[in-house]
Amino acid sequence: MEELLQSFIGESWLLYVILAVPPLVFILLYALVTVWTEMKVSAHMQDRVAYMYTGPHGLFQPVADILKLLQKEDTIPAAADKTLFRLAPFLVFTGTYAGFAALPFSSAYIGSNINLGVFYIVAVSSIVVVGLLMAGWASNNKWSLFGAMRSAAQVISYEIPTALALLIAVMITGSLNLQEVIRFQDGGIFNWVVFGGPFPLLQKLLLLPFTFIAFLILFVAGIAEVNRTPFDLPEAESELVQGYNTEYSGMKFAIFYLAEYANMYLVSAIAACVFLGGWSSPFGDFMSGPLWGVFWIVLKGFFFVFLQIWIRWTLPRLRVDQLMYTSWKVLTPFLFVCVFAVGLILVL
Amino acid sequence: MIDSKTLPTNYVTKPEKRATSTGRSLRTDEMIINMGPQHPSTHGVLRLEIVVDGEIVVDVIPHIGYLHRCFEKHAEHMTNYQQVIPYADRMDYLSSMSNDWAYALTVERLLKLEVPQRVEYIRVIMAELQRIASHLIAVGTYAIDMGAFTPFLWCFRDRERILDLFEMTCGARLLYNYIWVGGVSHDLPAGFVEKAKDFCKDFRTTLKEVHDVLTYNEIFVKRTANVGVLPKDVAVNYSCSGPMLRGSGVDWDLRRDDPYGVYGKFEWGVQIGKGTKGTVGDCWDRYMVRMNEMEESTKIVEQAIAWLPEGNVQSAIPKRIRPEAGEMYARTESPRGELGFYVISDGTASPYRVKGRAPAFVNLSVLPEISKGAMIADLVAIVGSVDIVLGEVDR
Repeated sequence: MEELLQSFIGESWLLYVILAVPPLVFILLYALVTVWTEMKVSAHMQDRVAYMYTGPHGLFQPVADILKLLQKEDTIPAAADKTLFRLAPFLVFTGTYAGFAALPFSSAYIGSNINLGVFYIVAVSSIVVVGLLMAGWASNNKWSLFGAMRSAAQVISYEIPTALALLIAVMITGSLNLQEVIRFQDGGIFNWVVFGGPFPLLQKLLLLPFTFIAFLILFVAGIAEVNRTPFDLPEAESELVQGYNTEYSGMKFAIFYLAEYANMYLVSAIAACVFLGGWSSPFGDFMSGPLWGVFWIVLKGFFFVFLQIWIRWTLPRLRVDQLMYTSWKVLTPFLFVCVFAVGLILVL
Repeated sequence: MIDSKTLPTNYVTKPEKRATSTGRSLRTDEMIINMGPQHPSTHGVLRLEIVVDGEIVVDVIPHIGYLHRCFEKHAEHMTNYQQVIPYADRMDYLSSMSNDWAYALTVERLLKLEVPQRVEYIRVIMAELQRIASHLIAVGTYAIDMGAFTPFLWCFRDRERILDLFEMTCGARLLYNYIWVGGVSHDLPAGFVEKAKDFCKDFRTTLKEVHDVLTYNEIFVKRTANVGVLPKDVAVNYSCSGPMLRGSGVDWDLRRDDPYGVYGKFEWGVQIGKGTKGTVGDCWDRYMVRMNEMEESTKIVEQAIAWLPEGNVQSAIPKRIRPEAGEMYARTESPRGELGFYVISDGTASPYRVKGRAPAFVNLSVLPEISKGAMIADLVAIVGSVDIVLGEVDR
């Protein structure tokens, strides 16, 4: 797609603006769908029906919510640091949106096909922490500050398991470019890294336990990075009121919300790209191609988003020390073992 | 900032110097935060002034009184003993039936009045259904405190069925004014017995569901076991009662140990905390005592329904009761513990003094004792496990 556009408008800034539009449109549409899905899934888990009046089965309720949030008074606490307070939600969203730049949507479309895609996403999504800290500090509210401190500690801790789990996939596929990583796994479900990658059977079977554990850990760490239950400590309602977004209302709150949902898809899609073959079809050549690619990657991403919703409405929340324990004493050592073992198997 | 005069005298704020890895010293200070009265997990308008060192709670000072409604003073100014009952309803608004019964029992003892057998059975059915409803809220909101939302709505779904039963009987869903001195306001309506039986049958499934998703959930156990341990002697010294006391392993239940009504006739067991997942008297034990009590209450309701006698639901007493001058204290086992009323009569138609012994108020007093050194998240767990109702704490 990049080449195609280049042939029309040449190498100019306009090219990148146009390339940046599809992820944004996707995020907005996806957020509407996911808000509705989350409400409906949680409702049916809890013997409720959720939205029923706004359109068929409440389909238009997310739109109505947005309209409501747009009309709400945009309050800023008198004692807040106004500049930082205004900036924070946008910084959080920027961090997430920047991650979408290197996320492939099909074999033919990726925002920016950089060679360090995996590394770039891990790095750029850390900007979110700065935004959250900013929000908590600028609110001038003690509960918000607690939320901000928690989220900083949490996101930084869980970056390490995430990076190590991605490292395993990178070791197997031999590339940091997400398109290359996916191409390596093309050709059916059994070529996916989670099942050991496209290697001879013996090597595959040896790799399988380690890649599978790495995949599970990546998913768990992903939930922690998105700050969702059971790792929703930064905004733990029953402890910190609403954590860093206690003082936010109206569209600023909506942007935090949008960033959280976008981040949910981001971590799901990365997991799908590096471990589950991204846009490649699980049936080899059947149903494969650039357009089917969009279908597959969105399907895989949505599946994990759904899992996150499911987990959120099932599990209680961890405590701060338990959260740190999980990251540093359970997930990280496990991954070190996995990295070592995978390296050994690949050398053999 | 909070005025330092409100701090207890033995508490001194002293900035502390700590060495960091780089050798430079880092000045740390404790922070005072108000938890409540508008906080999601203080279960009403409780205000906790907490002193924290990072996430660790150094001290907790509960401030109460935001919901004080002069219940006891109001009671003195009624023109009739029966008129106090709606006020008793509003004390512990999650278990109005138990409050009504406690007050009615006190006045009946003052009058030396025997109520008809049918009334006794109906009161047991109502009080036990109320106990289930109240514990469902305790358990459900506790799940929310721990971050699990789904069990909360399952609990409320079943509580609705109990409220439907109450609505059938007396028209109200929260504040019933049902148990009167000398009887109850209405007889059981047609269809009540069948619906109550159905409820008891289905309710065990809900309990199992909640056990599956919450009780034995590893995260939940990790969050509540060994947290907020209330040792036996401390519980007794602070005069705790109800699930708080039984959670600490003290085998004490007024329904068995100082029987009132017809509780002596039923087969059921007093549930105590055994420290299954941690120490005896931790939050998990208190939670589990409530879960088990709901099951025992279901047994009592089933037996009471099966043996329900026919007869009158009101005794022949005058409209305006004038007990002989004297005083009486009667205590009952409400869902939260020992609920007692102390009534002094001067021989006129209105009580000279009514004093309520509120279990939630007494149980809350132990909070600072057991929550020092816990983390903020633990404090939420402890407050939740005390199961306070601010209407009763403040009265």
